Amino acid sequence: MEAVLALVIGVLGAAGVWLLLRPRTFQVIMGLTLLSYAVNLFIFSMGSVFIAKPPIVKPGLTPDLEHYTDPVPQSLVLTAIVIGFATTALFLVVLLASRGLSGTDQVDGDTEEP
Amino acid sequence: MSLFALLVLPFIGSALTAFLSTRARTTLASIAGLVSAVAAVRLSSLFEQVREGGVLQETIPWIPSLGLNLTLRIDGFAWMFAVLVTVIGALVSLYARYYMSPEDPVARFYAYLLAFMGAMLGVVLAGNLVQLVVFWELTSLISFLLIGYWHHRADAQRGARMALIVTGTGGLGLLGAVIILGQIVGSYELDVVLTAGDRVRAHALYPWVLALFVLGAFTKSAQFPFHFWLPRAMAAPTPVSAYLHSATMVKAGVFLLGRLWPVLSGTELWFWLVGGAGMATLVLGAYIAMFQHDLKRVLAYSTISHLGLITLLFGLNSSLAAVAAVFHTMNHATFKASLFMAAGVVDHETGTRDIRRLSGLISFMPHTGVLALVASAAMAGVPLLNGFLSKEMFFAETVFLSAQPWVEVAVPLLATIAAIFAVVYSLRFSYQIFFGPASTDLPRKPEEAPRWMRIPIELLVLSCLIVGVAPAVSIGPSLAAAARPVVAGPLPKYSLAVWHGFNLPFVMSLVAISVGLVSFGWLRKQQERGRFADPPLIQRLNGRRLFESGLVGLTRLCRFALRWLGTERLQTQMFVAISVALALSLLASQDVPLAWGERERLPASPAFVILWVIGAICAVGAAVMAKFHRLVAITLMGGAGLVTCLTFAWLSAPDLALTQIVVEVVTTTLFLLGLRWLPMRVRDVTVRLTMRDYARRGRDLLLAVSAGGALAALSFALLTRPAPHSISPFFLRYALPDGGGTNVVNVMLVDFRAFDTLGEITVLGAVALTVYALLRRFRPSIESIDAPQQQSALPADVVTDLVKPRSSDDAARGYMMVPAVIAQILLPVAIVVAVHFFLRGHNEPGGGFVAGLIVAIALLLQYVVSGAQWVEGRTHLRPARWIAMGLLAGATTGLGAVAFGYPFLTTHTAQIPLPWVGEAHLPSATFFDLGVFAVVVGATLLILTALAHQSIRAHRRSSHNSVPPRPVERV
Repeated sequence: MEAVLALVIGVLGAAGVWLLLRPRTFQVIMGLTLLSYAVNLFIFSMGSVFIAKPPIVKPGLTPDLEHYTDPVPQSLVLTAIVIGFATTALFLVVLLASRGLSGTDQVDGDTEEP
Repeated sequence: MSLFALLVLPFIGSALTAFLSTRARTTLASIAGLVSAVAAVRLSSLFEQVREGGVLQETIPWIPSLGLNLTLRIDGFAWMFAVLVTVIGALVSLYARYYMSPEDPVARFYAYLLAFMGAMLGVVLAGNLVQLVVFWELTSLISFLLIGYWHHRADAQRGARMALIVTGTGGLGLLGAVIILGQIVGSYELDVVLTAGDRVRAHALYPWVLALFVLGAFTKSAQFPFHFWLPRAMAAPTPVSAYLHSATMVKAGVFLLGRLWPVLSGTELWFWLVGGAGMATLVLGAYIAMFQHDLKRVLAYSTISHLGLITLLFGLNSSLAAVAAVFHTMNHATFKASLFMAAGVVDHETGTRDIRRLSGLISFMPHTGVLALVASAAMAGVPLLNGFLSKEMFFAETVFLSAQPWVEVAVPLLATIAAIFAVVYSLRFSYQIFFGPASTDLPRKPEEAPRWMRIPIELLVLSCLIVGVAPAVSIGPSLAAAARPVVAGPLPKYSLAVWHGFNLPFVMSLVAISVGLVSFGWLRKQQERGRFADPPLIQRLNGRRLFESGLVGLTRLCRFALRWLGTERLQTQMFVAISVALALSLLASQDVPLAWGERERLPASPAFVILWVIGAICAVGAAVMAKFHRLVAITLMGGAGLVTCLTFAWLSAPDLALTQIVVEVVTTTLFLLGLRWLPMRVRDVTVRLTMRDYARRGRDLLLAVSAGGALAALSFALLTRPAPHSISPFFLRYALPDGGGTNVVNVMLVDFRAFDTLGEITVLGAVALTVYALLRRFRPSIESIDAPQQQSALPADVVTDLVKPRSSDDAARGYMMVPAVIAQILLPVAIVVAVHFFLRGHNEPGGGFVAGLIVAIALLLQYVVSGAQWVEGRTHLRPARWIAMGLLAGATTGLGAVAFGYPFLTTHTAQIPLPWVGEAHLPSATFFDLGVFAVVVGATLLILTALAHQSIRAHRRSSHNSVPPRPVERV
């Protein structure tokens, strides 16, 4: 399980970085989204990785990390997901405005092909 | 009044004056004068406590665990400086009331002046070296504002900038010195540092400390070779010069030399560095001063020369010389402040400061004339005035110096020569302008200055006289108190008397005065014939030109570096940034080797593997398709998102899974809305890719794969090593008993880490408003304005039962009728689901974020199927108000806890008995979560509807080109 998770974080990250290095704004925003999946999964996996042990306290079960998944990375990632949406929205609007002003969707606002 | 109050008082005064009417000169001057006078009175009452070497100290703890405290410390030396700063500050406040013209924005002047006084007090009262540097930099900054007070004048701008660059650079040097010093001593507290002199001087880093330290002191005190900024700073209003360039700003450097004299002095290096610079400045300043034609520039160079004298005295490594230095500091402050004020009076009354045009002024302004004559006599070192006394002490020190033979001869000789120069420039300042035939061609008819403008000068000159006639009685105790901390030991024997007998120093004085008188007569004749308009011999030695060419060189170097090392291309920057990050992480793995751990592993299930095979295909597919097939890319990315979401659910993170899936929906909608405004891209088969293109792609691919590989390796290492527990057990243990909820993640969000969440929803609201604001001025590119192909494919005259969405405001009546009805039925269902998730959030997966996004999605669905106009014709959503109410609810809940005496955002859970239902569990965190909910709904709606509205606006714009577009959003 750990190996699969590590591999997919790598694949998502690689796809994200590849797109970040592309010249079109749309590619960059896609890359950021993919990279944020990778990073969210990465942060999430910092804690303990368990199956069917959600951090929801049940009566009679000692509240420690033996019986529950680590809640700290989860709450961090939860805020990260929502903030990620907000920054994606902001970036999208900026890229649309840049497209409107410069007439191109090249990241530097240049018309020539790099 | 505590020392802290004393320090804060000028800053309060500064803030107060800044808000007063800008022309209320009398009120402003009264406030400034009162503040300085109160501070001065308070300080003088401290004299008895510091007199016999006593030290008063106040500490306000800031971060005591790091040893960071605000320490105020006053001993005799600091006391003397603080008194000078406040007393002369009071006199300058009064003087400036009459000097500043009614047209000047005087409030700004007094605000700066008081702030400067505060900064200066901060320097002298600092009990910690770092704190001293902070206030030191503050004096540089405020002096920049004061010198550039008349900011419309080019010379003021240049002068202020130069002063800031020079003194600011010195400040950096001083910071470096202080840091090294602190490392050597082990503390930044002045008390500790002052007792560690032997250790510092023996340390290998001592030369570095000293070099950086004198860089700070010399730039501030305008010592050669950094003296050139002071004459340029004369562009400041004269009260500023009288204050900054006599008693305070330039004296800060001297203060520093005196302050750390017990720590740093006593070495050969100190003698040559400090003494050498002092001697060069003394002679050079006096020499240049003789040839100046501007009254203030004469004073500026004379100040440089006198500061050189004080520096030289400190550099002589003798405690008697240090006493003389302290004494001359006090004397120079009094006579130079009065001289600056007198120069200001002359300038004010005649309209010019050119010595060549001024003559015989004594008949127009007898009072000022007499005052200026006495003060300049003090400057020249004429007996019965204070300048004479300290100059005698200086001569005595030079005579009794024991060093190499040539030094023993050169120092007294140069001292005498400088004294001759001083006599000459003093005569030029006084005799030449006040005596002789009355000048007739002055810009203004000269007359006596107003009475209250003369009072500060009178007081200062009077003190010069009193000290000069009866030094032991008047200044003796203060001098002893001020000098004791500097010499840091028993005070050397010195006698403060006017007459010490006919000895060598007295002969030097006599020679200086008589040769000076003769030279003045000769120089005047030469200058009347038009010779010596500029100082001869040192034309090439122009500090200002060196400074400017240095600055030009630096700028050129930066431009060169920018061109060769920088790039404007974002792709390159991104490449470098990622490469550096990768390289650094590889470097870090040298320290902590990247090895797998032995944590108990979970067995991989085939379903999970298949899930992620699909996920990886989606991710790679999205990366490949993003260039030409955007819709496909968005779809594939959604696939990757869904797999991520399932992973969260799989690995015990139900809250994350819920949030991820709703955010996924919203993000996809967002991309789809944005897609319409991007240019269409089709693969152009005629363009052949060059080798360079392939090379670039190969390079990027390599970086991407290595970054991904590194990320994977790192994740695997972290997943297999024993998990750190850190603070997580705390949250698990206390979520139910203290937070009142079983869902630990939600309790953390709305309770333990609620402050963080409050910040997050604030960001969310701010982003939404920014998006809205950006889109109000949105200009789509021309080819995207027309309706897209799919919508314009239908000819306008075709007979059909389909209603075209672009020509109708009611798409729902047309081909979207059936989906629209379903969507409308779904709305209440979605709201019930949202309420369910919201209410159970504290104990089960759910909460404000998820509920808010569900409501937002349900509303967006109405927009999608029914069209914006249809929805907005029937509802008043006003998303901005949702954001505002949400933030208000969050903040009020937090403040509610404060009102009951708990820390901000503490949760209280009430158990309310309800009829039929039973006992209801109502934590105050629910209201906070309600705020989160409202902000999420508002922000999501605002962002997406603002984007959706662009289609309507663009459509209108293209159909009525003459009518300016009107925003239709309702907020």
